Amino acid sequence: MNPDVLLHLDHVTMQFGGLKAVANLDLEVGRGELVGLIGPNGAGKTTVFNLITGVYTPTNGRVMFEGRAIQGMKPHVIAHRGITRTFQNIRLFASRTCRDNVLIAAHQHCEAGLLDAVLATARFERDEQAMRKRADELLALLGLSEWADVRAAELPYGQQRRLEIARALAGRPRLLLLDEPAAGLNPQESDQLMHLIEEIRRKFEVTILLIEHDMRVVMGICRRIAVLDYGEKIAEGTPGQIRSDPKVIEAYLGEEVPAAGGNA
Amino acid sequence: MKRLIVAAVTLGALAGLDLLLPRFLNPYFMRILMLCGISIVLAVSLNLINGFTGQFSIGHAGFMAIGAYSSAMFSMHIGVGWVSALEALGAPQGLAQAAALVVALLLGGLAAAVAGYFVGLPSLRLRGDYLAIVTLGFGEIIRVIITNVDAVGAARGLPGIPQWANFFWVAAAVIAVVGVSLRIANSSHGRALFAIRDDEVAAEALGVDTTRYKVLAFVIGSFFAGIAGGLFAHYNAYLHPNSFTFLKSIEIIAMVVLGGLGSISGSILAAVFLTVLPEALRSAQELRMVIYSLMIIVLMITRPGGLMGSREIDVRRWFGRRARPA
Amino acid sequence: MTEFLQQLVNGITWGSVYALIALGYTMVYGILRLINFAHGDVYMLGAFFGYFTARFIGAANNPNPMKAIIVLLSAMIACGLVGIVIERFAYKPVRRSSRLSALITAIGVSLLLENGGILLFGADPKFFPQIIRAREFNLIHGVTISNQQLIILAVSLILMFALRFIVLHTRTGKAMQAVSYNPTAAALMGISVDRIITFTFMLGSMLAAAAGVLVALQNPKIEPLMGIMPGLKAFVAAVLGGIGNIPGAVVGGLVMGIAEVLVVGYISPTYRDAIAFVLLIVILLVRPAGILGRNVAEKV
Repeated sequence: MNPDVLLHLDHVTMQFGGLKAVANLDLEVGRGELVGLIGPNGAGKTTVFNLITGVYTPTNGRVMFEGRAIQGMKPHVIAHRGITRTFQNIRLFASRTCRDNVLIAAHQHCEAGLLDAVLATARFERDEQAMRKRADELLALLGLSEWADVRAAELPYGQQRRLEIARALAGRPRLLLLDEPAAGLNPQESDQLMHLIEEIRRKFEVTILLIEHDMRVVMGICRRIAVLDYGEKIAEGTPGQIRSDPKVIEAYLGEEVPAAGGNA
Repeated sequence: MKRLIVAAVTLGALAGLDLLLPRFLNPYFMRILMLCGISIVLAVSLNLINGFTGQFSIGHAGFMAIGAYSSAMFSMHIGVGWVSALEALGAPQGLAQAAALVVALLLGGLAAAVAGYFVGLPSLRLRGDYLAIVTLGFGEIIRVIITNVDAVGAARGLPGIPQWANFFWVAAAVIAVVGVSLRIANSSHGRALFAIRDDEVAAEALGVDTTRYKVLAFVIGSFFAGIAGGLFAHYNAYLHPNSFTFLKSIEIIAMVVLGGLGSISGSILAAVFLTVLPEALRSAQELRMVIYSLMIIVLMITRPGGLMGSREIDVRRWFGRRARPA
Repeated sequence: MTEFLQQLVNGITWGSVYALIALGYTMVYGILRLINFAHGDVYMLGAFFGYFTARFIGAANNPNPMKAIIVLLSAMIACGLVGIVIERFAYKPVRRSSRLSALITAIGVSLLLENGGILLFGADPKFFPQIIRAREFNLIHGVTISNQQLIILAVSLILMFALRFIVLHTRTGKAMQAVSYNPTAAALMGISVDRIITFTFMLGSMLAAAAGVLVALQNPKIEPLMGIMPGLKAFVAAVLGGIGNIPGAVVGGLVMGIAEVLVVGYISPTYRDAIAFVLLIVILLVRPAGILGRNVAEKV
């Protein structure tokens, strides 16, 4: 298997009864890439994420990660393998603090077992301190330090979106799936998000697959974009190619694909 | 080293109390104190399942019953033999009985834990309400089985259980269950449980093995319920299946909910309150249940978070020290 | 063979009763996703309201169908009101709370009805007056059926068809269906969700009351805790058939009734109550959606 291909969706189909949510999808994401996944509402983009992360098992086809098939595995196993995600509708642990939200995602990397916790051994203390330190670093990177002890439910919307990303990063993923991270953000916040995503990609050396409706963000940071419509991939290429693809324009039908300034 | 000293001092204090309390309290109040302790163990153990992990378990009395009957059967048929043997070897009676009791309690807890495992595991595919009904059904099935097995006394009840449980052991059990719960709550494992409660899908997606943790909550919770049952058996000296009905499960749930789902200190306060309250209202027997049920309804309407919400009493703050950051 | 057919007749009769109660559970669950623990106690109240009405109008003195119908209707109306009151004062305030809170509230209401009943009616059983003269009829193969059983079957059928008509062919019924699929969308379509919920509770309670009176015809001993076991069993029946599914409640009720009678007849009466829970565990492990139910997956 080509070691530069991190994720390979091999003829993946997801059928719910009579509805084909994803139809025969073939998609590759290379190591270190920032790939965008766009398409009209209901095109099946989040379903693709759910297929990758194990929420659904594909009706047909394989999901290959780092050369191994992962379809059918449980979501937490896939997370351990190095794929984490954010959610389209924010799914924070509302009653927990920001720091706790991040710590929970780091759980898979903790070494102390249950007995260690109950007996409060030295190993447990060391583990907790190390995890806290890393969590605080992550929160600082995403500008959430002052919210560290605040309950997630009480955060402003923009901060909640950032916390979702911080949480996904805490799992130390090799592949990060971002589901509409810019939803509900104003243009200034979207700009900040774009810089943040770029920074994350560099600093954590993580591959990113991004679902987004905000074309400015997509065109701005994605090197490669795949377009879905009714579960099928109708186009794939650089932002410039996508922008002028007639099939894409037809799929969006009337939706403006603005000329983005500064192709990355 | 410091921890060993703390442990020794605590045990010493408990032993001291065990000797002194009967002198100051009449038997009626002693009984209430013991029942409070047992209720605390039940409430805090259920809090692990319902409060921390957000699972709808409404058959906790079933686990208590398993612990009660299995530990009683052990003591009555094997334990007494061990005590006699130990005494013959020169051990003082108190020590021999204590040893037998510990084994009996652990057996009861283990039996309940095994049951917890088998109830928890297949139920995990089920949504909240369904899980509630399965646990309810489990509790009822246990009671029906007990009522139909002659060897444990069936509907006549089981008398003659050696009365080895005293304040020391009840208090020790309380400390154990509270200690374990606190330590779990402040660890990565506890955080995983809370995550499952808040959003199971997200927890799973971020690497938490939700199945494993839900079963773990059930096993630990039912283990301590079994211990509580064993203590009850060895204090009451008599068991009857009617002590383990759905109503008993509801009483325990009421304690956890009143205290605030997820709050250990809340469970403790509520357990004490709801054990003392029926005694205080003892004079008006039928009215007591009506008041009880009205209280549950009003509580759910006005303050569904319970007394403490999901916060804990921070003892450090009372002593003026800076609270540890969350 | 005779015995088996006899058991079948008895089972279907009991099953109709369970079905009537199960319908109330399933309708409320379909609309509110709430297990109305107090529903079994409404069944009990139906029997008691019927009892008091029967004594008040002297229905046992000169038993005639008119008086019997008055007894039935007054019990149904009274319990319909009870259902409305319970919904308005206990369930509506917790509609926005967590599911566990709603469950606990329902348990609280159940306890209130049971213990309130003990307080008001006294804990010792009362005896429902004989408002119908008992007669037995012969069917085939020596199988007999009493006129009480026939009445139970007939009234159940009438009520079930009436419910079916309401749900499928009236505007309110269609509104009920809409609310059970998607309350928000229903509200946006101009349906008063509150009124539909109240209506659903009323209907369910009326059916449970009818079941209470019908059972009291055959088993005249009534007491305040009589609703606990039938309530639980009817709930299991609703789950068996697919909770939220109205025909499912009928199917589940019949299965439960027949299973129970067969277990008592061929195995042992002591396991009468246990069979309900065994059925419950089995269906939840094998097919949680129930016989006629459909699985609704959570949207991620």
